[in-house]
Amino acid sequence: MHDGDETTPVIEVCDLVARYGDKTVLSEVNLGVMPGEVRFILGGSGSGKTTLLKNVIGLVPPAEGSVRLLDTDLSKASEGDRDRVLRRIGMLFQGSALLNALTLHENVALPLQECTDLPRSVIDEIVRMKLSLVELEDAGHLLPSEISGGMKKRAGLARAMALDPDILFCDEPGAGLDPTTAASLDRLLKGLVQSFGMALVVVSHELASIERLAERAIMLDRGRVVADGLLSEVKASDHPQVRAFFFGEAGTREPPPSVWEAMAGEVTP
Amino acid sequence: MEVIELQGPLVRDRVFETLEQLKSVPPAGDVEVDLSEVPRIDSAGVALLSQLARELREQGRQLHLSHPNAAVADTLRLFPSVEPHSVSRPRAGPLETLGNRTLGARSWALFTASIYADTFIFSLKALLHPRRVRWGEVVHQMATIGSQALGVVGLISFLLGATLALQSAAQLRQFGANLYVVDLAAISITREIGPLMAAIIVTGRSGSAICAEIGTMMVTEEIDALRTMGIRPLRYLVVPKFLAITFTQPLLTTFANVFGILGAFVVATTALELAPVPFFMRLEQALLAKDLVTGLIKSVVFSHLLLVIAVATGFSTRGGPDAVGRSTTTSVVAGIVAIIAADALTSLVFYV
Repeated sequence: MHDGDETTPVIEVCDLVARYGDKTVLSEVNLGVMPGEVRFILGGSGSGKTTLLKNVIGLVPPAEGSVRLLDTDLSKASEGDRDRVLRRIGMLFQGSALLNALTLHENVALPLQECTDLPRSVIDEIVRMKLSLVELEDAGHLLPSEISGGMKKRAGLARAMALDPDILFCDEPGAGLDPTTAASLDRLLKGLVQSFGMALVVVSHELASIERLAERAIMLDRGRVVADGLLSEVKASDHPQVRAFFFGEAGTREPPPSVWEAMAGEVTP
Repeated sequence: MEVIELQGPLVRDRVFETLEQLKSVPPAGDVEVDLSEVPRIDSAGVALLSQLARELREQGRQLHLSHPNAAVADTLRLFPSVEPHSVSRPRAGPLETLGNRTLGARSWALFTASIYADTFIFSLKALLHPRRVRWGEVVHQMATIGSQALGVVGLISFLLGATLALQSAAQLRQFGANLYVVDLAAISITREIGPLMAAIIVTGRSGSAICAEIGTMMVTEEIDALRTMGIRPLRYLVVPKFLAITFTQPLLTTFANVFGILGAFVVATTALELAPVPFFMRLEQALLAKDLVTGLIKSVVFSHLLLVIAVATGFSTRGGPDAVGRSTTTSVVAGIVAIIAADALTSLVFYV
């Protein structure tokens, strides 16, 4: 599916720095993802996971450093090159980001209509296939406001898969889903990776999902990479944030003294 | 050391009783608070003790707690002790606010201008490749922006035309110049009132809706989703509206002109006792192609202004649903101000 040889990374992030105003969100992040790899971006809330993702897919230009996606620097590429690269990736947003004015069928058809010259009948056939793949074959006529959260995620996935991407990005695919639905979404993702050979990049902090899917992982803490490698290697790290994340051990933050401890003097309970 | 024995539960409902009991704290020396008669404590109770401890500490005195039961001791261990620090957000001074607003207005104006340039170029390109244009969407937008506004535009123009004729007739009658009410109505309606009212109504009806639509799509990441699909939001969302409004606004303005003059006609033939035939004969002389064309050119300028302001304000929306409401207000106010300012400017240009 992907052209070029199997040893060129599909994503190459070098010394990436991201800022919002004067707040630094990411500092000197490096990341490489190979074709066909399943890579998880881990970290607690506010660790910069989503910002990293937005930088990689070119929604935010890097403040410093460079991001190469499918061998193209999106912040420097011409509009045409940029569009060509973007058409080779798919993105499942946290809130699905389906267009609310369009039915599910129209949502999935959208990238096909706008980015290809396929005839209408072929597009409709592809859309029905993709919707059927995510078990939504009977829901094509519904609007996003008429379906459940899990169905929205699956419809978002069908849209992200519409152009058979080389890389699929997922921002917290399991967020807001019950464990059963989350597990079936993970199975679906795994099946897609195995049959299409695409790379999968998932931002998540759900341990169950990580165990089911991840081959390699990168862990962020307060905008810095604290672990990177095979999942087993990351889990073996002795960085306190990694221990806290996977094994619920206390983090590095010292809790302040309690009211009890602060009441100086000998206390006689 | 003075010992104060607190009685009863140290909870939210009994804060005032507890404060009463704590009034007996002596003015000097360390204090011991005996909690043996306190069956339970909640965060309000802990806060009272913590506050008292800090007040005493600031005077170089100490507070000791003694004999809490197990539950009370657990609660005291649960809450962290805190230091008072300001919770108010830093406020900018008047000069800084002025500076920030000026810079904000400047970047907003530049952003709006760049949106206009992009939309214009995309629309031209679209017209050169008509097969890529979503004509269905253009027609749909024409219906929403144009034909659905016909009723209100017609009504308001009719009423304004009638009022204009009525007000001016009172003056003109003094000179026996009743007939000139036709000139006055024809010129002011075709040059000013028609284009202006049509544009203001469309700003309120469609400008607000367009801004809210794009603002909501910003907030729900739909715009980001379009971008990651390699679809330009401007081309996909705005170009059909741009083509539609460029076509419908002159039509809507013509409709406003017709109904405005009709309003003047009704008043002239009833209240002012002008006969219909002289009215139309006068109208034929008073209506100049130049005035009509000027009005229609203005209407296109206004429509582009209101659209691009609504779109730019929509794309500037950041945050949650409340931000969409604020953006919509901004877009309508800014749209109307811009239209009237542009009207003053173009009137001047065409007049000179």
